[in-house]
Amino acid sequence: MTPELHSFPRLAPGCRLNEKTQQPRTLLMPERALRLNGPSLEIVERCDGQHTVQQIIVDLQKIYSKAEPHKVEQDILGYLTLLQKERALDFAL
Amino acid sequence: MTSTIPNPLALIAELTHRCPLHCVYCSNPLELQSRTSELSAEIWSRVFKEAAEAGVLQADFTGGEPLARPDIVTLVRAARSAGLYVNLISSGLPLDEAKLAALVEAGLDHFQLSFQGAREETANEISGTKSHAQKLRVLDWLRQHRVAVTLNFVIHRRNIDQLEEMLALAESSCATRIEFANVQYYGWAFANRENLLPTRVQLDQSLTLIKREQERLQGRIRVEYVVSDYYAKYPKPCMGGWGRKLMVITPSGDALPCHAAQVISGLAFENVKDRSLREIWEHSAAFQKFRGEAWMQEPCKTCDRRELDFGGCRCQALLLAGDAAATDPVCCLAPLRPKVDAILAAANLAPVSAAAGLAPPANEPVTRPSWLYRPNPS
Repeated sequence: MTPELHSFPRLAPGCRLNEKTQQPRTLLMPERALRLNGPSLEIVERCDGQHTVQQIIVDLQKIYSKAEPHKVEQDILGYLTLLQKERALDFAL
Repeated sequence: MTSTIPNPLALIAELTHRCPLHCVYCSNPLELQSRTSELSAEIWSRVFKEAAEAGVLQADFTGGEPLARPDIVTLVRAARSAGLYVNLISSGLPLDEAKLAALVEAGLDHFQLSFQGAREETANEISGTKSHAQKLRVLDWLRQHRVAVTLNFVIHRRNIDQLEEMLALAESSCATRIEFANVQYYGWAFANRENLLPTRVQLDQSLTLIKREQERLQGRIRVEYVVSDYYAKYPKPCMGGWGRKLMVITPSGDALPCHAAQVISGLAFENVKDRSLREIWEHSAAFQKFRGEAWMQEPCKTCDRRELDFGGCRCQALLLAGDAAATDPVCCLAPLRPKVDAILAAANLAPVSAAAGLAPPANEPVTRPSWLYRPNPS
């Protein structure tokens, strides 16, 4: 189940980032929590219903311009799929 | 500060033992704490701040019924402003729409609504009260107020054959998670065990169904299934390991490493009224008692799995082996596993009594188990 490139991911009900002042940054979910490092935080911050999957990919390819663009895309799609399995995302079209 | 002790991650706040339900598998201790001994909102607020400072991410408000506290909105607001993710575990009974709106406004993150079954008769029998219809109303309000919802069903011999109906209820609601938790045998459930343990056939059928439904609902509803550990090969890593992840605070403020820890005699529990949460976490004798591996006996002591399940559950070891430091008797390697096998053998020989809600065959009375219902504390 790969996310559709033109869909708008946003955090599902009950899922939110902890506050910017709290370290480490963490995705809080019902009964679970996921620590976020650099790239995963960049992705989750953009799952706001305003960015398409495609836009997130373009943004991160710019931020991580030294990485191979196709690899960045695959990593992002993989990570979004993982979050979807966790039931942490909704995808609006 | 002892740097080798990991931070607690979740605070389980038993706000009260009062409850409008009388469930036959209630996880509260047999000796319930009274209303007069309950902590004030002021002390709870300090505890939430200390918890966040100690690294806790989530607060689980439970009970009894947490909504029985008239200051529940204040408590939610205090935990959320301390920086915690606030989860309310509730029967939904003492709730109206205005109260729900106030809870949401105060920062409630998630509502875990407990159901005792998908059929009104079974549910009311298990909870010892008429409760099912109100839960359906609550579910509707939760949708209208866009609250994140988990439905929780406690599973046992009398309702394990109704999983499909429970899933249908979840699918028709706004829930994004459904939790099927087979009864774990402590407290009231231990007393009612012979009427609650499912048969092997029931368990196997449920596992097949859950696997299929998890695939079907993937990405829509997360389905969690917790089996009865009596049927498991290895024990559960109870509480994620003693004093490793979770802290339970009782209504009167005692800090416990596990809900059922008070059954272990000789453990002295510290109270949040007297010491800070971090001090208790790091130094209290009760939290130190079974932390790490020094307390382990054989076969745990040299077992390859000791860092996976930490020897299982200490309270279960006490209840079944009479020794809290023994290997959890549900483990296939435990010297006392035959005792669990004997319990299962008896459960598998006894007939499954007629499910409530179905008409009994003509001339045959419905055999209803005699339950020990939990009372309401003074």
